[in-house]
Amino acid sequence: MEYTILILILPLLSFLLLGLAGKIMPHKVAGTIGTLTLVAVTALSYYAAIEYFAAGRDASGVFAETMPYNFHWLPLGDTLCIDMGILISPISAMMLIVISTVSLMVHIYSLGYMEGERGFQRYYAFLSLFTFSMLGLVVATNIFQMYVFWELVGVSSYLLIGFYYTKPAAIAASKKAFIVTRFADLFFLIGILIYGYYTGTYSFTPQTDVLATAGAVLPTALLLMFIGGAGKSAMFPLHIWLPDAMEGPTPVSALIHAATMVVAGVYLVARMFPLFIGYAPEVLHIIAYVGAFTALYAAIVACVQTDIKRVLAFSTISQIAFMMVALGVCTSADPHEGGLGYMASMFHLFTHAMFKGLLFLGAGSIIHAVHSNEKSHMGGLRKYMPVTHITFLIACLAIAGIPPFSGFFSKDEILVACYNFSTPMGVFMSIVAAMTAFYMFRLYYLIFWGKSHYEEQLALYERGACDHEPHKPHESPARMTIPLIILAAITCVAGFIPFGEFISSNGRAYTIHIDKGVATASIILAAAGIALATIMYMKGESRITAKINQVLRTPIKAAYHRFYMDEVWMFITKKIIFKGISAPIAWFDRHIVDGSLDLLAKTAQKAGALIRPMQSGNVQTYSIWFLAGVLLISAILFFL
Amino acid sequence: MNILVLFVIIPLLMLPALWGCRNINQTRAVMATGSVLLLALSVYLTIDFIAQRNAGETAAMLYTASVTWFAPLNICFSVGVDGISVAMLLLSSIIVFTGTFASWRIKPMTKEFFLWYTLLSLGVYGFFISTDLFTMFMFYETALIPMYLLIGVWGSGRKEYSAMKLTLMLMGGSAFLLMGILGIYFGSGATTMNINEIAAMDNIPANLQYIFFPMTFIGFGVLGALFPFHTWSPDGHACAPTSVSMLHAGVLMKLGGYGCFRVAIYLLPQAADELSWIFIILTTISVVYGALSAISQTDLKYINAYSSVSHCGLVLFAILMLNKTACTGAILQMLSHGLMTALFFALIGMIYGRTHTRDIRQLRGLMKIMPFLAVGYVIAGLANLGLPGFSGFIAEMTVFAGAFGIDDPFHRTVTIIACTSIVITAVYILRVVGRILYGEPENEEHKKLSDATWDERFTVICLIVCIAALGIAPMWVSNLINDGVGNILGNLLASH
Repeated sequence: MEYTILILILPLLSFLLLGLAGKIMPHKVAGTIGTLTLVAVTALSYYAAIEYFAAGRDASGVFAETMPYNFHWLPLGDTLCIDMGILISPISAMMLIVISTVSLMVHIYSLGYMEGERGFQRYYAFLSLFTFSMLGLVVATNIFQMYVFWELVGVSSYLLIGFYYTKPAAIAASKKAFIVTRFADLFFLIGILIYGYYTGTYSFTPQTDVLATAGAVLPTALLLMFIGGAGKSAMFPLHIWLPDAMEGPTPVSALIHAATMVVAGVYLVARMFPLFIGYAPEVLHIIAYVGAFTALYAAIVACVQTDIKRVLAFSTISQIAFMMVALGVCTSADPHEGGLGYMASMFHLFTHAMFKGLLFLGAGSIIHAVHSNEKSHMGGLRKYMPVTHITFLIACLAIAGIPPFSGFFSKDEILVACYNFSTPMGVFMSIVAAMTAFYMFRLYYLIFWGKSHYEEQLALYERGACDHEPHKPHESPARMTIPLIILAAITCVAGFIPFGEFISSNGRAYTIHIDKGVATASIILAAAGIALATIMYMKGESRITAKINQVLRTPIKAAYHRFYMDEVWMFITKKIIFKGISAPIAWFDRHIVDGSLDLLAKTAQKAGALIRPMQSGNVQTYSIWFLAGVLLISAILFFL
Repeated sequence: MNILVLFVIIPLLMLPALWGCRNINQTRAVMATGSVLLLALSVYLTIDFIAQRNAGETAAMLYTASVTWFAPLNICFSVGVDGISVAMLLLSSIIVFTGTFASWRIKPMTKEFFLWYTLLSLGVYGFFISTDLFTMFMFYETALIPMYLLIGVWGSGRKEYSAMKLTLMLMGGSAFLLMGILGIYFGSGATTMNINEIAAMDNIPANLQYIFFPMTFIGFGVLGALFPFHTWSPDGHACAPTSVSMLHAGVLMKLGGYGCFRVAIYLLPQAADELSWIFIILTTISVVYGALSAISQTDLKYINAYSSVSHCGLVLFAILMLNKTACTGAILQMLSHGLMTALFFALIGMIYGRTHTRDIRQLRGLMKIMPFLAVGYVIAGLANLGLPGFSGFIAEMTVFAGAFGIDDPFHRTVTIIACTSIVITAVYILRVVGRILYGEPENEEHKKLSDATWDERFTVICLIVCIAALGIAPMWVSNLINDGVGNILGNLLASH
């Protein structure tokens, strides 16, 4: 599988080409180069995945990992070394498909969405850089290579969030995203250092005899690594960067902040899963509880947001938390005995990437049409944007967990895994799933149903109450709707993929069977959530809605402000770190450290000034001093 | 003739040539030729050195030569290089070369400026090729003195104050250093000044080592911005002209780290082992404290100067870990910091030359006005905060992995504290980038400014290419310096 190196090299070349020569290229050429590269990458990724899975299982019944490349990159001492290479395993093959598919869709979509934007070439250069880094991350042969690419995806995300670099909100958001994830990466790095020191390798699979002695510190190392993953995957309380990251262009949100980069944390835990399950099951359960809390928190916040991209952002946080929970509730490496969550998590990662990508691209199409992110500027759009409407609805049904759409199947497996772990966990996650259905359909109705903002404005204009004619919403061009249709098609059929045949916690084939009880319950809950949303929002905000808003005023306000988590972080950074630590240190350095040196210099100067009059050049003065000296010395000699 | 001597002879020949120059073009021609020759020489030296090593040459130092200079004190002019000095020579040549282009249009008194500049580089080269304590010290002083004039005459702001402060503090360090050197000389029996011979004898009594190790380490440490002797650095850099800042932060500060490693650690291993903890605490403070101070600064050069305090602190921190990986990391960090900080100072100088301000509160939207310089600044920033693919990452990772290799609570704690600097660095870098480069230009005057000229572009591109080359292919540098590090730590590790 030597050709897999091209999967990394092509986007890198495309980045260099567009980055260095983009300025002299017309937009069309830059877009074509970027998109064609991705076509090739996608073809190669699919080919690699198919070839890998078609090769079949080895004697022990698992898909053997293959490493077409692995070379020493940077030696760290005599035994440790950072390697760079390509590792194809079931999950990395799956990730290749996910990343290349969504990335290709985003590349095509952006041809329409970003048309005529200033910095179009730069945009495609950054997309290529991101694709390169993300692919490098998933095929990493060792934890340090993963960290290297982890940082690179972080910086591509930074560059793309800050794409509109003249917009203050975008600048602040890009900075915040980078610093928050960097803070989490600090723990990741320390985790890697501990791991490397005690196991003597950075590879994912250390020698078993080494593990026997290193086992004691592994939980610490793995917990620290998880904190790194929690930063990238926006787990509470490190989630604060993700909603703000929506300041980037919408296709970027679809690619990076919904489908690929944000699941890197989940992928990291899945990568280290054999170690987690073997040596640190208690850490896995911590992950489950953090995930469950995050899922609930984000779902509550998503219920009351008014910016459609923020609703989707919180929905993403909540869904990633589902994946984390699924991994966390595993109690065994055997999918039949409590290891089901691993498969469920990866399955949900796959289906979620497709339908969440679709939701974001749909949202982009809507924003493109109405030139606003706010729900108040939407409403009644189904007439004007039929394709966007239908595909968005499919994605909403999928995320709500309605069969036969893909989200139903993967979420069902997650819930089964949760019930296997403990009933409270199962019930808790089922409730969150019902909330998902509610807030997604709230969003759906607010965008596509109810009173049309355009028609209201038009009526005002015709009555002369408004001086400019409102802009009529229109369906997006084919370059944007085709990716929507493709992703919608995948969302319709992806649930029927026999996912367990390819990926399971111990590598052996596992046949997915729907648990009837759990499935029925979750369908009923999802339907209830949708029904509630229908009552409350189908015809605009109904009277009941107003009443509920009135009664729950305070909690809704708190949820709208995301329970003031941003304010807490702002306080920590602005007040404590800037004003409380950095400014005093800077003052201390200038006035105390430097001041004492200046004082030394001043003292020398003063002392010089003090004794200078003695050297007056006046012979009489000299003779007095001379006489005084002689007398003093003779007095001393006399009395001793 | 010994090839190393050329590193001193070329600048020596450049001095009278510059003296005789009649106009600016002749001056530039001399400088361009000289710096290209030096660059070519060091590239050749690097290649040849690697070839010899590959051919199985195992001597600690290659190209050695020695001429007796002052017999009563056993002072010789002796030269020789190992992998570390080769790497440092290459770094110096790159910085001298790019610094020449960065000050292509300096005014007034271009000729005199370059005269001092060349004298400064002479000192630097001489220092790195010397293997004799005394000549090493002499070249060290040669490098320090021109700094006073370069800042005092061609600087900006409170230049006289800064120049005086810098010189006095470094001279204070030199006083300690001289005592340290004499201590080493007499402690080892006053038979030779040659570093390698003293190290081979390894006979300095422990009680003397305890006295002279701190002196030597502080003496060099002042130049390496060791807390609390670093305050010359912010003022000095802020007032120095562009290429002097580049050379100073890029190379001269490395003299400190190099000296600590080559003299203090190599010749006084026992004391280094026993007393390292004191200096580890100081350098840990440097690393975090420098970074935290940088957050609150508003002058671009102050930010970068404090950032240098932090990064150079990491160099000394790594050296004091006294293990091979961390010390390799220290050398990588010296190279990396030298290149990155030179790039930063070059860019700051170019921006300042246009806007006449370095106050980040008055700069805004430079990306729209001078895209080339702004993109260069973003790349420098990303390299500085340790993005993989640039040199900062490999250096920091080697240092941290090495420091983590020492399994006791003290070393673990300080390593983790030092690690936090990667987050703090991100804060101050992104703060500046977001503040001055992004956004809409506010100052009407600034909107009329032009982007980089050819010589400026050349400087920036050269440095970026070097940073990326080191960051992408670290293997060859790591291998190059490996033997030197092993040799220097040999005495220390043998005593364990």
